[in-house]
Amino acid sequence: MNSLIRFSTRVMRPGSILCRQRCLLDGQASAVVTRFLSETPKSSDLSELVKKDKVVVFMKGTPAQPMCGFSNAVVQILRMHGVDKYTSFNVLEDQDLRQGVKNFSNWPTIPQVYFNGEFFGGCDILLQMHQNGDLVDELKKLGIRSALLDVDNNEQKK
Amino acid sequence: MQPTIAVSSANICMNRPVETSIRTKLNQRLEPTHLEVVNESNMHAVPSGSESHFRVLVVSKHFEGMSLLQRHRLVNEILCDELASRVHALSIQAKTPQQWECNPVIEVSPPCMGGSKHDHSMAAKVGTPSK
Repeated sequence: MNSLIRFSTRVMRPGSILCRQRCLLDGQASAVVTRFLSETPKSSDLSELVKKDKVVVFMKGTPAQPMCGFSNAVVQILRMHGVDKYTSFNVLEDQDLRQGVKNFSNWPTIPQVYFNGEFFGGCDILLQMHQNGDLVDELKKLGIRSALLDVDNNEQKK
Repeated sequence: MQPTIAVSSANICMNRPVETSIRTKLNQRLEPTHLEVVNESNMHAVPSGSESHFRVLVVSKHFEGMSLLQRHRLVNEILCDELASRVHALSIQAKTPQQWECNPVIEVSPPCMGGSKHDHSMAAKVGTPSK
């Protein structure tokens, strides 16, 4: 109960805003959770955030409107594989979260991609895994069938 | 001729201190067979002459047996001081000599989408551009 009261107090306190968006295939975002953080997120908070979904992306901007070329590249790569439903966090809206996730991941840059709560890498790693075909296998481990497999099948039928 | 070359090198070090530091550290720690350090700051919304955005291609035997994540973490560790201070973005290609031989391609960074304009920490990172 005490932890619930502390959490409620934190939520009521004005501060930086953390907004989670779950992006749908048609581009419409449905905001699910808004949290107010008045201090640098604790590891316990971040360990919960990175597990919110099979795929969690900390980025600049949103999947519908990326504000950084590298973040946009992550969005586009995921989209190529048919991954449009995932949780993203816009670090430009929350400097505490931005620094917090860098500390938590021990990774100095944004974007950051998490698969099943485990840090996967940034834009470069996602791109290289996409190029060498390994991303298809990684998504399969998450129970996600890459859309590129269907593209390959269709081409073989021709 | 030699004094002219020495002076030119000194000018490069003075004008591009971050790039020089990156090259020096990567050379010392990873003994690369091939190294490219590209200042991509002019591709982003930062003042002319900035040293804030870099792309590095490192080809080294030290990467053998390492996953991509391990390789990138190692490069991040080597350049941790630069990343904590002047460098805002670092693109990394970390290959073994065999991988480089099979595919000797330097990636191109995606076009800037103006994120630096919305980045409150950029002013501290960029500082006074070198002339």
